[in-house]
Amino acid sequence: MSAEATVVEKELKVEKKPAEPFLSKRRKNIVTDPLSDDNPITIQVLGICSALAVTVKLEPTLVMSIAVVFVIVFANLIISLMRNLIPGRIRIIVQLAVVATLVTLVSEFLKAYSYDMYKVLGAYVGLIITNCIVMGRLEAFAMANKPYDSILDGLGSGFGYAWIILTVAFFRELLGSGSIFDFKIFEAIGWTTFPTNGLMVDSIGAFVVLGILIWIQRSKSGYVEH
Amino acid sequence: MEVFNIALRGIFIDNMIFAYYLGMCSFLAVSKKVETAFGLGLAVVFVLTLTVPVNWLLQEYVLKEGALTWIDGSFESIDLTFLQFIMFIAVIASMVQLVEMIIEKLSPALYGSLGIFLPLIAVNCAILGSSLFMVQKDYNIIEATSYGFGSGFGFFLAIIALAAIREKLKYSMVPSGLKGLGITMLITGLMGLAFKAFIGIAL
Repeated sequence: MSAEATVVEKELKVEKKPAEPFLSKRRKNIVTDPLSDDNPITIQVLGICSALAVTVKLEPTLVMSIAVVFVIVFANLIISLMRNLIPGRIRIIVQLAVVATLVTLVSEFLKAYSYDMYKVLGAYVGLIITNCIVMGRLEAFAMANKPYDSILDGLGSGFGYAWIILTVAFFRELLGSGSIFDFKIFEAIGWTTFPTNGLMVDSIGAFVVLGILIWIQRSKSGYVEH
Repeated sequence: MEVFNIALRGIFIDNMIFAYYLGMCSFLAVSKKVETAFGLGLAVVFVLTLTVPVNWLLQEYVLKEGALTWIDGSFESIDLTFLQFIMFIAVIASMVQLVEMIIEKLSPALYGSLGIFLPLIAVNCAILGSSLFMVQKDYNIIEATSYGFGSGFGFFLAIIALAAIREKLKYSMVPSGLKGLGITMLITGLMGLAFKAFIGIAL
């Protein structure tokens, strides 16, 4: 029997294994781990740039989260489908090309359907390309796993990122502008003299809010950095 | 004089880290020791000073609406701006590769200290960010180069300052949940507050 035949036989044997349930425990963990215990922002320290830059108001933050989830999921899927075809030496450029294409799609979509939002987010949509979460997941997960698992991983990381930046944005908008989704909440309850804090609108507020959020999150999950 | 001012503005007022939050990932990850921070900072200055003018040429002669008229007058209506992201990132990735090979050939000592950081730089948002901001700001090529150098040097200063603080911080009692990233975020916030002092300076 030739070597090739044995390889084929081996592959057949692998395929005969019973199929994993559609939502097995392992797969559930792929989605839920990045939400708290393995959060991309607070634990892995990835994707901080955009977490800080777009979080002045909730609305652009929501758009940004949706864009990032879209890009992570599809980049993970595409790279996972191509993972056996990509030569190791040029994999970074291949990954960047895939991500850049997806980000261009998002950017053109925003330009066409929501031009105001496109103006607000400005260069930060383009900077999703260099968002470390996207590249990190492609390198660490999609290059070594099957497409379906990669989609789940993308969803998990995307939502882990989204809830952190939405929380940061919530506090920054509430304390900095006294509003939520541009709805003046303090005026509505009759507190018209609410002192808005200029530092929260500024970059410093972002650093401090995120720092405190990381503190709370890590104290809860018991993660300690050495 | 205007050229000099643009560089100064990039270093202090429009600092990449404190005003635009760009390059935060490597800023936080590689700032544990002054020595490594110095290496990364130097590599960023180097790559930024090279990629911003190259991307300027690309934007001016290929991507901008009507930019291709230097080939033929009939290309006036062609607008390739939608290719901006892919082209810029391709330029950055290949420039980084090129710089890496040149340094390896010319100065093995410098390569030894910069070596591991160069591939990291391709995905540093500060690099892509500067090129995108350069387009918005409508500079000419000399101003663009000066802007690239300025924003690189601003990053260099910020990362060295943070690394120096973190080296001292090792001897402090920090609550365990705040150790590492948490306290670094708060310190960055305070440093940003200090950098705010430059905002009133009109250049």
